[in-house]
Amino acid sequence: MALIRAIAIQGLEMALVLALAPLLTGFVRKLKARLQRRAGPPLLQPYRDLRRLLGKEVVLADNASWLFRSAPYLIFATTWVAAALVPTFGAGLMFSWSGDLIVITALLGSARFFLALAGLDAGTSFGGIGASREVMIASLGEPALIMIVFTLALVAGSSQLSNVALFMLSASAGLRVSLALALFGLVIVALAENARIPVDNPATHLELTMVHEAMVLEYSGRHLAMIELAAFVQLLLYVSLIACVFAPFLLAPVHASAADYALGIAAYVGKLAAGGALLAGFETATAKMRVFRLPNLLGAALMLGLLATLLLFVSRTL
Amino acid sequence: MPIFPELRTAVRVETQNPWPRFLVDIASWRLAGAELAAGRWTLLGLWGEADTVHMAVLRGQNEAIGVLSLPCADRRFPALGARHTPAIRLERAAQDLFGLVAEGLPDARPWLDHGAWGVRAPLGRAEPVAEAAAPYPFLPAEGGALHQVAVGPVHAGIIEPGHFRFHADGETVVRLEERFGYTHKGTEALMRGADLARAARLAGRVSGDSTVAFTLAFARAAEAALGLAPPPRAVWLRALMAELERLANHLGDVGAICNDASFAIMNAHCAVLRERVLRAAAVAFGHRLMMDRVAVGGVATDLDATGAAAITAVVAAVRQRFPRLVELYDNTASLQDRVVGTGRLDPALARQFGCGGFVGRASGRDFDARRWPGYPPYGDLRFDVPVRAEGDVNARVWIRIGEIEASLGLIEQLLAGLPAGELRAPAAFGAEAEGVALVEGFRGDILAWVRLNADGTVARCHLRDPSWFHWPVLEAAVDGNIVADFPLCNKSFNCAYSGHDL
Repeated sequence: MALIRAIAIQGLEMALVLALAPLLTGFVRKLKARLQRRAGPPLLQPYRDLRRLLGKEVVLADNASWLFRSAPYLIFATTWVAAALVPTFGAGLMFSWSGDLIVITALLGSARFFLALAGLDAGTSFGGIGASREVMIASLGEPALIMIVFTLALVAGSSQLSNVALFMLSASAGLRVSLALALFGLVIVALAENARIPVDNPATHLELTMVHEAMVLEYSGRHLAMIELAAFVQLLLYVSLIACVFAPFLLAPVHASAADYALGIAAYVGKLAAGGALLAGFETATAKMRVFRLPNLLGAALMLGLLATLLLFVSRTL
Repeated sequence: MPIFPELRTAVRVETQNPWPRFLVDIASWRLAGAELAAGRWTLLGLWGEADTVHMAVLRGQNEAIGVLSLPCADRRFPALGARHTPAIRLERAAQDLFGLVAEGLPDARPWLDHGAWGVRAPLGRAEPVAEAAAPYPFLPAEGGALHQVAVGPVHAGIIEPGHFRFHADGETVVRLEERFGYTHKGTEALMRGADLARAARLAGRVSGDSTVAFTLAFARAAEAALGLAPPPRAVWLRALMAELERLANHLGDVGAICNDASFAIMNAHCAVLRERVLRAAAVAFGHRLMMDRVAVGGVATDLDATGAAAITAVVAAVRQRFPRLVELYDNTASLQDRVVGTGRLDPALARQFGCGGFVGRASGRDFDARRWPGYPPYGDLRFDVPVRAEGDVNARVWIRIGEIEASLGLIEQLLAGLPAGELRAPAAFGAEAEGVALVEGFRGDILAWVRLNADGTVARCHLRDPSWFHWPVLEAAVDGNIVADFPLCNKSFNCAYSGHDL
């Protein structure tokens, strides 16, 4: 009985993630448009886009291989599984014990690997440019993320996200400089990984400036729908990750009641909205960075992660 | 002392106004090429006719303007491009359209002719072409790590078609080569035999965003040919329209440049202001872009009190809101990081190519056709012409900001001092006549040259868009920048596709 319940709750989490992800992106788009004095697309537009894309024919480049056709599903699957490992509204979900933060990092890394390969596969110059830029960003963003994971693991004594979240909820967490540094680092990595301003512009039509969009330029139909949905889920995943580590309040505990879960879901939606609003505000106030400046930004994230880890060791030995 | 003392053997053509045209021999043509190459003269335009090639030159630092014509009976002329790079594309276009041969031209590839016309030299002998055009050979760049990026002519955004071929070393641009001609409309062919009203309409459709400036350039050239003086009210109304057009385009550009650095909020606010200017123009003159409102001999519409009030209101709105946007532009560090130092155009290159408008003035070339050679009513008005020396994207934005302020001041002066009276002077024909005019559009100086038949129809009309001298220097300005910065550089130049392809 407990097992069935655990599976049901985990299933609910995965469905919720999938259902909310387009809404979050739609919310950010709407908010950005309002901040720019535009009416903006309806909140539900991403869902309509997905439906439209799913109904469309797939146009493949002549020299696209099996990799190009299978990559969208691989990317979507790995991103979704990674999102299932994040305690979104409740700690101690069934899958969260099967993988920790390092697994999440690796899953997202493999999604990016497939995307970069698919970008190269079609053989267009834009795919190549996008893949090369993406890999440059990843080569700096991933180590930064790993350092941040180490910091959190050292603070909480576990790299399991559920344990980290529960530790953060407990009184022993307190205010720590290391955590502040890790938060800043994580925000930078999240912006870079989700192709947001100042790293990439999700709304641009300028082929030459694209990173993520350049890799997926050749995709159409259901393939594009899968990639778009994966991008929506990834944005939601990062907001959830930041929320569960740095704002874990009202997170349903292990063996929670139905009321706890309802409260957890309500709080989770609120956290997503807050994260989306912060993102929209930040993107409106900032221009995109020159491509060669990105190493400085991501290098800062890496340094923050490193400093956070070092500081922990120093403060412990003193 | 003659206006062009260098041209000893030249014969002055008496039918052209207001600046002289000389029939020259090959020696004088070559001498002109040497003067251009030495930087003592500036090329203002080069165009063909069935058996003649013409060039318009500016002598020294704003000393004189003249047109040199070289009759080429065997359809050959010595290429200026061999010594003076800015002439190359103009000569390639003259070859394509008229079948003239520029001997010694370093780049003999076709320019406007993509092999899709079905004829060769449509304005010359118009020989039918049966075989398919050979593929266009792009300039090579050699090196192990180089790769090509081909962009356009179909772009992801809604912009005009043009092809850009990058050779890049990773992200760094090693060579950019442009290819145009996709929007060739055959304007010069349509102009032949058109009456003045139709020709003015055609001129207004060379480049939609500069429709007032192009129609004005054509009208001024035709009026010079006919010895026609438009009434004062018409002259002031034309200037009012030209300044509104400049204001709207510059407002749009400032926002669009910021948008290309993904700073969309500037674009949103500037687009609102631009839209308000266009709507005021619609109220005042009955057309948002004021197309076909300038006519030969005057203007086609009058300004009433409602229109004047709409313009006054929009000037007040821009004066109130725009300074805050300028502050936002100047104080956003992430945006400044993108625009400062990007896409630098060397002042020497701007001088050599005779770049007009914000491109030239951001690189230290202090030239504005409104001030010199000048045309009414600007002599009676006070306005600043901003000039900077940095030549980067930021400088081009600041020139536009300065010109927006200057245009606001001009519009206020024009509204305050608008004389009453007639709107149009009737044209009288009688003999073949030629006229030339230089008018400052928002991109820079537009050259118009027209020859009228005795019955008042157009025998030949050439309109030279300022972008002819902007596109080539864009290639140079992008060199050494990164591929991802090209859209930003390109937007800061904002060259015309349609005006260039004609």
